[in-house]
Amino acid sequence: MTLISVANLDISFGSGADRVDAVKDVSFEVGSKESFGLVGESGSGKSTILRALAGLNPNWQGTITYDGEALASRQKLAFHKKVQMVFQDPFGSLHPRQTVDQTLREPLAIHRMDERERRILEALDQVRLGPEFRFRFPHQLSGGQRQRVAVARALILEPETLLLDEPTSALDVSIQAEILNLLVELRQSLALTFVLVSHNLGVIGHMCDRLAVMQQGRILEFADGAVLEDGAFETGYAQQLYRASQGYSREALETA
Amino acid sequence: MTFEERGRLIEAVRAVSFAMGREKLGIVGESGSGKSQTGRAILGLTDGKVEAETLRFQDMDLLKVNAAARRSLRGGGIGMVMQDPKFSLNPVMRIGKQLVEALRAHERVSSSDARRRALDMLEAVQIDDPERVYRAFPHELSGGMGQRAMIAMMLLPGPDLLIADEPTSALDVTVQQTVLRIMDRLVQERGMGLILISHDLELVATFCDRILVMYAGRIVETLEASNLHEAKHPYTQGLMACLPSARTRGRPLRVMQRDTAWLGGEAPRP
Repeated sequence: MTLISVANLDISFGSGADRVDAVKDVSFEVGSKESFGLVGESGSGKSTILRALAGLNPNWQGTITYDGEALASRQKLAFHKKVQMVFQDPFGSLHPRQTVDQTLREPLAIHRMDERERRILEALDQVRLGPEFRFRFPHQLSGGQRQRVAVARALILEPETLLLDEPTSALDVSIQAEILNLLVELRQSLALTFVLVSHNLGVIGHMCDRLAVMQQGRILEFADGAVLEDGAFETGYAQQLYRASQGYSREALETA
Repeated sequence: MTFEERGRLIEAVRAVSFAMGREKLGIVGESGSGKSQTGRAILGLTDGKVEAETLRFQDMDLLKVNAAARRSLRGGGIGMVMQDPKFSLNPVMRIGKQLVEALRAHERVSSSDARRRALDMLEAVQIDDPERVYRAFPHELSGGMGQRAMIAMMLLPGPDLLIADEPTSALDVTVQQTVLRIMDRLVQERGMGLILISHDLELVATFCDRILVMYAGRIVETLEASNLHEAKHPYTQGLMACLPSARTRGRPLRVMQRDTAWLGGEAPRP
């Protein structure tokens, strides 16, 4: 069953000579409980799409439907409860002067949810942080712990869908492994739908059932996650991305 | 190398020993492993206190050189390329002027010669329109172009050693390949030594001849790059095992179980 459907999406910034078309005529669908990946390099428009889905970027044209309902440029509160986002940089996405408790309490207040004590403790438990982390400030946490708090903040509203924008690219690989394991577990136990944006093909290959490769605001091709096992992409650019992800090769450039 | 922080001594680099020739040496580790500080210690670019039995570049004793000799070494005998060209290029000076300045700091050349050599070098790092880049300010260049201009600047005085600290981490993967190819060719053609400092094990293994793996300030393992997959140290093995890929889908990634024995002797901090 299709949960998210995007059709002929255009997103631009600025006007006149300064106009930048960040996303051009993008269409894709994400099934319920699917894990869908958007891959591309910086400036390819992948994060811009994610921000539009999250309602953080009202200036888009086209059609986005979520669970059969067309999105307006400004979403209702109920939509935000269902669709939550986790950002790349856990240093920038947590308020430096709010404790973990305050960070987790705020969405509960906005959405007027009850049993806040129970929910906060449960959210911490879901991301495997002990209750001792509850009254700490972000600067008292490591990068991995901060990202766990960011995931907890998204999960505390009991969403259906998580939009993940490069959730591990600011972390060391050993910490990345822990966060990815956590996300996979949570997706299974809570039956979540994921839309994951990353420049890292390894991360996408590990996490996603299906993916779209983007370049300069357009989707070049769709592929199964399994394609990432051997890199059998159709377009030259996607093949080049795949080869580059395998490390350095003298030949790769000559044949590209 | 030790730093003093709020009255506490922090040992950022501990008992590191290695020797290298005109080869590509990789230093790999996670954040805080001391890999960047090791590179910086060679050039004396650090606030920390450097102590060593020997620290030698060619026949120069780096522990004893005076300030003038060290200045001429920086950028002269040894060049350094850092992660982000946005922060290592002067933002209010045209690229060409910065290149010429770098060259003339180390060599007496006429301004017309300096200009010609700067343009040649921009071409050597595969910049299509050297004249335009020569006139450009850093903010007018993309990340990849800026990094190439930075490499050109470092190579102009003809260093024997280039220290590249995460030179491609801020670049897109396809541009990354081009920048690596340029450095690879320069090592081959000029017989330059190269230290590549990176967190990316796969990249270093495919690019370098030899790898030092650092953990908590120490070298825990030294390997031929081609033998990476026969790594003996559990930390190196752990670094490889925790990398995600399409082949690991459907099963949990291996998580590193850190062993205090890896810290070896007195630990700087957990």
